[in-house]
Amino acid sequence: MSIQTALELVLAAVVLGLAAWAVAARETSAAVVGFIAYGLLIALVWVALGAVDVALAEAAIGGGLGGVLLLSAGARLRENEKRAAAERPGAGARLAAAALSAMVAAGLAVAVLRLPTPAPTLAPQAAANAAATGMGNPITNVLMAFRAMDTLLEKFVLLLGLVGVWSLAADRLWGGNPGPRHQADPLGLLAFLARLLAPIGVVVGIYVVWTGADHPGGAFQGGTVLAAMWLLTMMAGLTDTPPVSSLRLRLVLVAGPGVFLVVGLAGLLFGAAFLSYPAAYAKPLIVAIEVAMTLTVAATLTLLSAGAPEQRLER
Amino acid sequence: MSGAVVFGMCGVAVVGLGLYSLITNPHPLRKIIAFNLVGSGAFLIFGAVARRSATTAFSGDPAPRALVITGIVVAFSATALAVALLLRLFDAAGSATLGADAQSSTADDASGR
Amino acid sequence: MRLALDVLTIVAVSGGAFFFLAGTVGMLRFPDTLTRLHALTKADNLGVGLVVVGLLPQAAGPREAAELLCTWLLVLLSGSVVSQLVARTVFATDRLGDALARGPGPPR
Repeated sequence: MSIQTALELVLAAVVLGLAAWAVAARETSAAVVGFIAYGLLIALVWVALGAVDVALAEAAIGGGLGGVLLLSAGARLRENEKRAAAERPGAGARLAAAALSAMVAAGLAVAVLRLPTPAPTLAPQAAANAAATGMGNPITNVLMAFRAMDTLLEKFVLLLGLVGVWSLAADRLWGGNPGPRHQADPLGLLAFLARLLAPIGVVVGIYVVWTGADHPGGAFQGGTVLAAMWLLTMMAGLTDTPPVSSLRLRLVLVAGPGVFLVVGLAGLLFGAAFLSYPAAYAKPLIVAIEVAMTLTVAATLTLLSAGAPEQRLER
Repeated sequence: MSGAVVFGMCGVAVVGLGLYSLITNPHPLRKIIAFNLVGSGAFLIFGAVARRSATTAFSGDPAPRALVITGIVVAFSATALAVALLLRLFDAAGSATLGADAQSSTADDASGR
Repeated sequence: MRLALDVLTIVAVSGGAFFFLAGTVGMLRFPDTLTRLHALTKADNLGVGLVVVGLLPQAAGPREAAELLCTWLLVLLSGSVVSQLVARTVFATDRLGDALARGPGPPR
C-alpha cells in the first residue's frame, strides 16, 4: 500500500467519522458544527480527486454559506429541541431504516465497483474543442460553452429558489428587508473585521472569476466569495439588507440569466443553434456572461442566506 | 485500490448515513442536514466516476465535475428554501415539528399574520 | 541546496503539525471555553505559520510565496478576531448567568 493510498484512506475515514458525528450527535448545534467541518474536509477530498474547481465550490458554498445558513437556523430553533426529541421513532422503526439505508448503500457500492473499465471520458474531446472558446480550463469550457444550457437553467433555478424564499414572508412584511437588523457596535471588533476583510475579499472574488478561464476558479466560486463579503458587512451592521422591492436589486438578480438568455437567443437567430457562440466573439461573450453571472450569483446567494423579509418596508 | 474507488466507497457510505438520519431523526433541521449529506455523498460518487478515467495527460473527466458544481449550487438553494420554510413553520406554529399535533395550531394562524 | 530546502520543508511542516496536535489536545482537555481558545490560538498562529514557512522553499516563484504569506496573514486576522468575539460572548454570557443567579439586588 503506497503512502498516497494510506493518506486517502485516513482522509476517507475522518470524513466518514464526521458524517457519523453529524448524524448521531444529540444536540442540533453539535450536528451543525460537525456538518461544517465535514464540508471543509470534503473540499480536501475533492482536491485529492483532482478537481480543484469543485473543491473551491464545496468549501465556499457547502462549508461556508451552508454553514452560515444552518448555524443561524439552529440558533433560532433552539427552543425546539425537547419537543423534537420526544418524537424519536422506536427501535423497530430505526432498525428498518438502518436496513433500508444499508440496502441502498450496498446497491450503490455494487454499481460503483462494477463501473466499466476502461473508464469512458470526455476529457480528450473537451481538450480538442478548447480552441472554440480560447479558454484553458476544461470545466469552465464545459460549464459555459459545451453544456451552457445546464448553466442557464441553473440560473433560473436559483432565481426561483429566491422567489420561493421571499414568498414565505408574512403579508404585512412583503417588500421589506430580509433578516433581522444586525446591531453590531460600529467601533467594535466585527465592524473592524468587516472593514478590513471585505475589500480583500472582493479582490479575491474578482480574481477567482477572472482566473477561472485558464486555472481553477470560475463565476460560481468568485460570486460566492463576494456574497460572503456582503454577508459579513451585513452582519457587522455596516449596511442593512436591501429591501426586496428595490428595483436595482431585482435588476441585478435578473441580469445573469437575462444576459445568458439574450446571448442564447442571438445564437438562435443569427447563428447555428440556441447558445451557439460565433467563433470570433466566443471569449468576449463568455466573459460578459460571466460578469453578469457573478453579480447575480453573489446577490442571489446573499439573499438566500439572509432569508425571508422580516422588517417592514420603510415608506 | 485507487483513490477513486476509496472516495467512491466513502461517498456511498455517506449516502447510507444521510438516508438513515433523514428517516429516523425527528428534528426537521437534522433532516435538512441529512439531505445535504445524501447530496454530498452522491457528488462524491460523481467525482469518483470522473477520476477513474485519469491519465497522465488529463486529471479526469470534466463533464461530471461541472455537473457537480451545478449540483452544489442547486443543493444550497434547495437548503435555503427548506430552512426558510422551517423558520416560517416555527414562527407560525410555535414549534418546528412535522408531527400531527402541529397541524391544529397552524390552522389558527391561517390569516397569514 | 535542493536537499537543504527539502529538509527545511520537512522540519518546518513537522513542527507545524506538532503545534496543531498540541492545540487540538488542549482544545479537548481544557476545562472551559476561554482556556480552549487559548490552546487554539497556538495552532492557528504557530501551526499555520510553520507550515507556510516550510512550504515557502517549494513555491514556484515569488508570487506564489507572497500568496502563501497572505494566506497566513488572513488566517491570523480572522482567527484573532473570531477568538476575541467568542471570548467576549462567553464573558458576557457568564456575567449574565451570574447576575441572573444572584437575583435582584444593588447593581454591581
